[in-house]
Amino acid sequence: MEIRVQSDPFDLGQETNSFAARQTGMGAIVTFTGVVRDVASGLTTMEIEHYPGMTEAALTKIAQEAMTRFALGDVLIIHRHGALAPDDLIMMVATAAPHRASAFEAADFLMDYLKSRAPFWKKEITRDGTDWVAAKDEDETALKRW
Amino acid sequence: MDVLYFAWVRERIGRPKDVVDTQAATVMDLVEELRAREVRYEAAFADISALRVAVDQELTDFDAPLKDAREVAFFPPMTGG
Repeated sequence: MEIRVQSDPFDLGQETNSFAARQTGMGAIVTFTGVVRDVASGLTTMEIEHYPGMTEAALTKIAQEAMTRFALGDVLIIHRHGALAPDDLIMMVATAAPHRASAFEAADFLMDYLKSRAPFWKKEITRDGTDWVAAKDEDETALKRW
Repeated sequence: MDVLYFAWVRERIGRPKDVVDTQAATVMDLVEELRAREVRYEAAFADISALRVAVDQELTDFDAPLKDAREVAFFPPMTGG
């Protein structure tokens, strides 16, 4: 299990390869990547704030829950903070399991929990001004299916 | 006790952290004390349904006890991922 919270960019290919290379007996590896999206077509910067200490603890707890619940072989979570530009990679998760169903399901579970239980806050800086991204009701509803 | 603020709560209050000397029994008692400080605190804590709280880095409720707590953080609903 590996959890990384960093301001530096990460190399998706390299991270996926090294995650895959350290598995044995895992028939399925699923990765998900979150990308900065320019919704208002005027986004210059996405600033991501987090709560150092609690972030790592919350991500570890979520990853441990996924490991147990889906009987995973391994989990990787990388989440960036700081100033990001449109099309930059924000975060990734990778899951390894003997079969694909649990690897996919675990990635989905991780993303639902990351959205509303990991202490990150996004601020969009557009040509028109700045705005904190509001949490959506469906993010909270999404947790109920687990 | 350290009281931390994040995102728009931090912006509204104008600082990331306060060190407070408090006998507040619960999170809500602490909120009342903070509200009484200054207008900007009152504004930040006007609607607590728009806020979340963590005590010693664990997400909790506003009626949570503060006995032996070292760090309390207030912030809007999280938007990770």
